[in-house]
Amino acid sequence: MMDHAFLQDYLPILIFLMIAGGMAVLAVLASWLVGRQNPDPEKISSYECGFEPFAETQGKFDVRFYLVAILFIIFDLEIAFLFPWAVSLGYTGAFGFWSMVVFLGILTVGFIYEWKKGALEWE
Amino acid sequence: MVTFESLNFSPAIPEIFLAVMGMILLIFGVFRGDKGFRLVCWFTVFSFALAAVLLLHLADISSLAFGGMFVTESFAVVMKVIVLTGASIAVLMSMQYAQREKIARFEYPVLMLFSTLGMMLMLSANDLMALYLAIELQSLPLYVLAALNRDNLKSSEAGVKYFTLGALSSGLLLYGCSMVYGFSGTTNFNDIAIALSAMETPSAGLVTGLVFILAGLAFKVSAVPFHMWTPDVYEGAPSSVTAFFAMVPKVAAMGLLVRVTMGAFGGIAEQWQQVLWLMAAASALLGAFAALRQTNIKRLMAYSSIGHMGYALIGLTAASIDGVRGLMLYMTIYMFMSAGVFAVILLMVRKGQQVEEIDDLAGLAKYNPVMAVCLAVLLFSMAGIPPLAGFFGKLFVFQAAISGGFYWLAIIGVLSSVVAAYYYLRIIRIMYFDTAENELDRVEDTPSLFMMRGTAFLAVIFALIIWPLFHVLHEAVERLLAI
Repeated sequence: MMDHAFLQDYLPILIFLMIAGGMAVLAVLASWLVGRQNPDPEKISSYECGFEPFAETQGKFDVRFYLVAILFIIFDLEIAFLFPWAVSLGYTGAFGFWSMVVFLGILTVGFIYEWKKGALEWE
Repeated sequence: MVTFESLNFSPAIPEIFLAVMGMILLIFGVFRGDKGFRLVCWFTVFSFALAAVLLLHLADISSLAFGGMFVTESFAVVMKVIVLTGASIAVLMSMQYAQREKIARFEYPVLMLFSTLGMMLMLSANDLMALYLAIELQSLPLYVLAALNRDNLKSSEAGVKYFTLGALSSGLLLYGCSMVYGFSGTTNFNDIAIALSAMETPSAGLVTGLVFILAGLAFKVSAVPFHMWTPDVYEGAPSSVTAFFAMVPKVAAMGLLVRVTMGAFGGIAEQWQQVLWLMAAASALLGAFAALRQTNIKRLMAYSSIGHMGYALIGLTAASIDGVRGLMLYMTIYMFMSAGVFAVILLMVRKGQQVEEIDDLAGLAKYNPVMAVCLAVLLFSMAGIPPLAGFFGKLFVFQAAISGGFYWLAIIGVLSSVVAAYYYLRIIRIMYFDTAENELDRVEDTPSLFMMRGTAFLAVIFALIIWPLFHVLHEAVERLLAI
């Protein structure tokens, strides 16, 4: 059958996945079985560079960091699009040029919105 | 090489117009601030109206655009006009509610506009890529809208829940798309249909991909077993947003489902008919039984909408012209009836506070008979009592199922609509026979009052206008299946 030959091409990937999973399980299992388990309160307490932990790990985190990160990603992706576009402009011609101009125009509308909305100001 | 001429922009002019209007309104709104809310709302409705006028020029044209990714024919045009009508109603009904509830930000109508644009693209999608992009454009504004009242815990929860489950459904959909692409070698709907007709028996991988795509789309129409987000999102989102959720996106998703099943996978109907059979029967039954014990009217409407999607899917299961026509008619009627019921929900205000328990309607008939009569008519119509609009929706769907040989499905549909009639009648009993402890305020919300009366009137006179509508839908379906 056609399906069969098609799936056979993926056999190395299946073997790879099985080895990867097996190694991970083996590492955890071996340290659990072979290692000597002798816990005391100091050993199982959380460790932070030799100090007592300063603060709760689940403390609040200012939402502005997320905003900056998200806005960064948008413009980072824009740059990621611009490079292949610039390199292949000779092949795509006027159509490729104007497609990118429309894309940049839409992005500029979003940029004006976030600027005017104050998303770029920290305070 | 791709050129401007080969793209053939003209069939997409209404969509391009809406996209440009959306960006203009966004810039206008951000310079004007939230005090421009009403103006942006009016401009949004105006853009919808103008887009509908532009669409009517395309009514008789069947053509492809953007290298076969975008298709337009009278089916797409009819469905888009229905979607634009629903979206306009939703924006108009929101205006005063948003100001009462202090969520009147100018982004609100702009997000609705972008979501509607996504729905229009869904109805014209002729390629798995276009399908996915359109669904995302439709969904992302809806997630934001659900969480619009961000100081309210339930609204934020609704937004997060909707987003998480929506992302899961997108994952299922994309996985299905990749399987279909892998086994048919193309993402274009017409080419998929050709590839299918070349196979003697459809390969197992292709059918698996089809099932995943159906699961992803079932999420969007909230059909069982992919319905679990519906009650929480309906309850948590601001009521005006819930009205939009209930009315419009489902029409678009049903239209897309028709194009995928009858168009791309029309050649292997017996494969997807089994899946749709199960989803239709389960949705109708769950919608009927789970709604019996609800006390919150928005949750009740959520289960009611699951049930209605079940009935609409019964039409599609028949996989015939009659069935698809029945589905379109059902969705149109359902949209207007939901608009009316949600207009009443938006008008449920006591001492300046929105209320949403069914018991809050107690004794409504004594002190506000007009509202009580309108809601009663709308609920009778939803229950499918002749000669109101909802009866015709059910009639044609069940008729298509019978003529397609799906007797059990029709029987399940009829029985579950009998069960569903109980909870609609319970609301009417509470309005007419219970006594009011606290009366609801009389709200001067003109658009909502108008929609409540208008849709109730439509439900009553529907028998008179059904034949012209029926004719339009029939031609649209014939055009769709001819391609």
